[in-house]
Amino acid sequence: MSAHEIPVPIKQQYFTPGVKVVFAVFLAGAVGVAYRFLYGLGAVTNLDNGYGWGIWIAIDVSCGVALAAGGFTTAAIAEIFHKEKYHVITRPALLTAMLGYTFVGFGVMIDIGRWYNIWHPMLPDMWQGNSALFEVGICVMTYVTVLYFEFFPIVIERFKSRVNLPAIIAVLNKPIDGILHIADKVLRKIGWVFIIAGVVLSFAHQSSLGTLMVLVPTKMHPLWYTHLSPLLFLISAIAVGFPMVVFESILASRSFKLKPEVPILASLARYTPFLLGLYLALKIGDLTIREVWPYVFEFSTESWLFMAELVLGVIVPMIILSIRKYRRTVGGLFTGATLVIGGVVLNRIDVFLVAYKPLYQTKAYFPSIWEILVTAGCISALILLYRAFVMIFPVISQPEDEVAGRMDDTSVKANFSKAR
Amino acid sequence: MSLGRRDFLGLAAASSVTLLAGKSLANEQQLPKECKDACAVLVDTAVCIGCRKCEWACNRQHNLSNQDMAAFDDKTIFKIQRRPDDKAYTVVNEFRDPSNPEKPYYTKVQCMHCLDPACVSACIVGALEKLPNGPVVYDAWKCIGCRYCIVACPFQIPAYEYDNALTPQVRKCTFCTERNLAEGNVPACVEACPNEALTFGTRDDLIGLAHARIKAYPDRYVDHVYGEHEVGGTSWMYLAPADFKNTELPELPPDRIPPNTENIQHAVFKWFVPPLALYGLLGLIMASKPDKENEQEAEK
Ligand code: SF4
Ligand code: SF4
Repeated sequence: MSAHEIPVPIKQQYFTPGVKVVFAVFLAGAVGVAYRFLYGLGAVTNLDNGYGWGIWIAIDVSCGVALAAGGFTTAAIAEIFHKEKYHVITRPALLTAMLGYTFVGFGVMIDIGRWYNIWHPMLPDMWQGNSALFEVGICVMTYVTVLYFEFFPIVIERFKSRVNLPAIIAVLNKPIDGILHIADKVLRKIGWVFIIAGVVLSFAHQSSLGTLMVLVPTKMHPLWYTHLSPLLFLISAIAVGFPMVVFESILASRSFKLKPEVPILASLARYTPFLLGLYLALKIGDLTIREVWPYVFEFSTESWLFMAELVLGVIVPMIILSIRKYRRTVGGLFTGATLVIGGVVLNRIDVFLVAYKPLYQTKAYFPSIWEILVTAGCISALILLYRAFVMIFPVISQPEDEVAGRMDDTSVKANFSKAR
Repeated sequence: MSLGRRDFLGLAAASSVTLLAGKSLANEQQLPKECKDACAVLVDTAVCIGCRKCEWACNRQHNLSNQDMAAFDDKTIFKIQRRPDDKAYTVVNEFRDPSNPEKPYYTKVQCMHCLDPACVSACIVGALEKLPNGPVVYDAWKCIGCRYCIVACPFQIPAYEYDNALTPQVRKCTFCTERNLAEGNVPACVEACPNEALTFGTRDDLIGLAHARIKAYPDRYVDHVYGEHEVGGTSWMYLAPADFKNTELPELPPDRIPPNTENIQHAVFKWFVPPLALYGLLGLIMASKPDKENEQEAEK
């Protein structure tokens, strides 16, 4: 990295052909959501009294939480362990986490039957400390709030001294600006509270997500039923944090035609093989202690999926990312990161859907077209919002000289002059 | 079923007078009339004649859509195995012992009202609760509809009103707790059973009764009181003429289910010590001098 990099809003056209496709998927998903709220879960999902949970829990919620782990892992390395050079990637990771968790909350809303009661776990007289789901719920709610606080300084940075409301409400410019200045000062002082809280809360709910299915000993496939599950969920979430940052960063630079930050990303990806190795060791130990190796080699659907999780999702990326030659190329980094992410997604689907065997259902659950559309729609909405946010707020870092160069002509300058 | 009821009940020696009055065997047997502690029901599948009057009574009790009593005589319904759902909290199914396939027997299924219920442990807001006198009850007002209870129940009992868009509820047998069991009332199904296949009483007494029946008629029952030990014990228990494997009742270990997760939860969050310790540790690391190690070198 030669030039110093600073985060700036990206000035490009919002709609490209690719974005239009994403938008179309989003619209289809929105129809599905409307359909669900008007006609109920029975009309849109393939759930029944045997399969209480489907892909909205397995993917939207549980994968959503795992893949938003980039937020707390980068915050930890850059802010808590003071590896300053990673500051350039904390903001995109924070944005993904913030949007990701917002959609996790939204996904829960869609899935639960009495969505208007979603706030009930916050009422002390309904606290249910025995329930792992309560633990997940309360931590996720708190963490979303923490993420908003963590992101707020970026909003302040964008608007401080530039508040420019139109026409009549322009009189509010000064007071709002004043508030932003005070908020800025306060948040600078107490920001660390939120950063550490974010990490602790993440540890708590990432692991508790793994506890959920431990309550179902008699209906789970032995390959995935283990009391180690919370630890495995936690370690895999930590392990997928950096690959997720790598994945997004490469995609974003591709989409905005920026130079990918290969050295920083490669440096971040160095940690991944160690975390994957730890995960693999725990998995192997667990299989051995529980004496369930025979299930791995019974060549059933379950055993193939299990092997795919471990070989493609853990061992292969562990090898790719530990070889420096591959790690320092965009292709190697991207492949490695994608495999890790795929492995974690597959693992969550396996734990919540594949391993779960109801007693009386003769047909295995498969999501309905609406369930799939809603899930795809949520992911699309997340992508669209991410794109909008990085265009409005200073999230993605670019070399300082380039930014300065552009200030002469583009709207960046206009913005500045308006502010003065 | 050719066996006389009186032969069967042995130690029970029921008087038919009280039967007509709809009183349960439990009462006649000097089981405490008021079982404030641990009400239970013993289902004797060897006595059950599959008349499904319990279904009728349950539907009526809970204002579920019902049919004429006569419609319940229809035996063709046994061709398919039904499950309790949001529209019927209890159903009777027909089973056959492979070694004696001529003679069908019947099993009524409903919520087992486990002693340490997985559904209660699961519920995120405490909408499900095990009452001290036995029933596991549901409070729709608290429920958020997450359906973790459905995932958790080892008997696959809680049923969801998937068709209700706005106010779906979790539906299952209530043990007729609304009939005020403490005041000497019995559940509607127990009251309706014409053949005394259902016996209401305290759990201890019913376990004694069950074993006494097995002992008295070893050739009529398998030596297994289903629910005595399954998942730590249930308030509804069963006797059967053949292995329970023939029925829809699942084979379950004697271990209680909730400790699986509750032990983890309580260890990790004990008085918030572990999270606070983690917070403190991270705070210390953060406050310590910034790491000057030049990592860029490593990767260059
Ligand atoms: S049978 Fe299922 S629903 Fe009934 S108490 Fe037990 S766990 Fe709960
Ligand atoms: S669906 Fe309702 S009763 Fe069941 S666990 Fe969720 S909140 Fe509790």
